[in-house]
Amino acid sequence: MNLILHVWRQAGANAAGRFERYEARDVSADMSFLEMLDVVNEGLIANGQEPIAFDHDCREGICGMCGMMINGTAHGPMKMTTTCQLHMRSFKDGDELWIEPWRARAFQVVKDLVVDRSAFDRIIQAGGFVSVNTGAPQDANAIPISKQVADDAMDAAACIGCGACVAACPNGSASLFTAAKVSHLGLLPQGQPERYRRALKMVAQMDLEDFGHCTLFGECQEACPKGISIDFIARMNHDYLRAVATQREETAAGGTG
Amino acid sequence: MSWFVNLYRSTIGKKIIMAVTGLIGIGFVLVHMLGNLQVFIGQDKFDAYAAMLHGPLAEVVWGLRIVLIVAVVLHVLMAWQLTQRARAARPVDYRMREPQVSTWASRTMRWGGVLLLVFIVFHILHFTVGVIDPAHAFHETDALGRHDIYGDVVASFRIWWVSAFYIVAMIFLGLHLFHGAWSSLRTLGVAHPSAHPLKRRISAAIAIIVWLGFTLVPLGVIAGIVH
Ligand code: HEM
Ligand code: FES
Repeated sequence: MNLILHVWRQAGANAAGRFERYEARDVSADMSFLEMLDVVNEGLIANGQEPIAFDHDCREGICGMCGMMINGTAHGPMKMTTTCQLHMRSFKDGDELWIEPWRARAFQVVKDLVVDRSAFDRIIQAGGFVSVNTGAPQDANAIPISKQVADDAMDAAACIGCGACVAACPNGSASLFTAAKVSHLGLLPQGQPERYRRALKMVAQMDLEDFGHCTLFGECQEACPKGISIDFIARMNHDYLRAVATQREETAAGGTG
Repeated sequence: MSWFVNLYRSTIGKKIIMAVTGLIGIGFVLVHMLGNLQVFIGQDKFDAYAAMLHGPLAEVVWGLRIVLIVAVVLHVLMAWQLTQRARAARPVDYRMREPQVSTWASRTMRWGGVLLLVFIVFHILHFTVGVIDPAHAFHETDALGRHDIYGDVVASFRIWWVSAFYIVAMIFLGLHLFHGAWSSLRTLGVAHPSAHPLKRRISAAIAIIVWLGFTLVPLGVIAGIVH
């Protein structure tokens, strides 16, 4: 099939960007979307032009690098699928595709379709961990976890941090990402000691990164390639409210042992 | 009070303030709607109800008014701040972004909210204060010498643009609540997890009840049932 692509080209973070028109010829329906871009890029390179920069790594839907907006939908038309797992059979001959980077103040464009998602890393650093003392690991089955809790925690942990939730949100909110990260630890017994502190810190960092707020449009859940539910946002809000209500100053007073 | 300051400073906290003030609003509109429906019982009952609110219950009514004024001010202030923040969060917009599942109700919270604010101000100046008096009926009294609010309602809704404005505003109130009654429970984190979190039967029912309950009054006047 032959396609017409309008791709956002931007030389760097502070450069002005614009759409460029390209023709993708003889595209096989079995190609992934990224393979289609690879072929277009080979043509550009052969012509001495700058190839289209896009992020990718695993190409199997687990690293979260490959996000882009395809015809106004995050990761393209196929539900619960990353761009790398999207195949060209989702399109038809003659289609015209508008390809844009994620657009958010917190996700600066690095080049063309590549954006800087390190804001997500800083949200995780603020509290998306469980503090454990080092030493011999304890028996993995020593802490019983009910199946429902394990399943819910796994559903939240499926988040690959691709940023589609922010990209699809009319408010540019990172609520679904933050909620998934707050919840997957907050659900598990190991995450309990830091549960409320974690919610406070991660939400505070989310706000610092200039993301928007959550209106509960529901767009993030639909865009998420892992199908993470907005119920986790309700859960984060619950933990956050509880944390604010019971918060007290952290002090290091007490004996030194 | 430091917890309130902390809430006020965060996006989730601001939304929690919106949700609480919005739920106060929902409680109020339900009671207000039931009060209004007494117009169908007749002039005597309706004027007596109004006289009760302004007489024996005046202190209670003033207490509620203060709560409502604080709630509306906080609600609108938070709506304004969060909207500005959301705009700033996407300085360069997409050429194309196709909404997938968001309802029209959710996407009209802001402009619909502005309409509701205009409506609330108009409505208070019209039926409560009487500064806006399109039917020239605010200062009339009924046979018992009471403030004849019934007559004012009938005369006002016989004016086409007054009825039209109320009817349109109530459509937007219904839409606002179709989203808000559902989303506020998620903002507060009290909604139960569901396999279909976007389903909202109860808030659809609240929206329809509120919309219909208020709209019946101008419709009743237009249809000549209330005269
Ligand atoms: C006075 C004018 C009003 C304005 C400007 C306004 C504006 C808004 C906006 C913009 C939102 C969405 C916030 C977001 O982005 O998430 C909202 C939510 C809401 N509004 Fe209003 N509104 C108004 C009046 C009302 C009234 C009269 C009621 C109730 C009868 C109400 C109930 C709610 C509820 C329950 C929510 C949901 C809060 C949440 O999602 O947590 N609002 N309002
Ligand atoms: S490249 Fe890893 S998820 Fe697409």
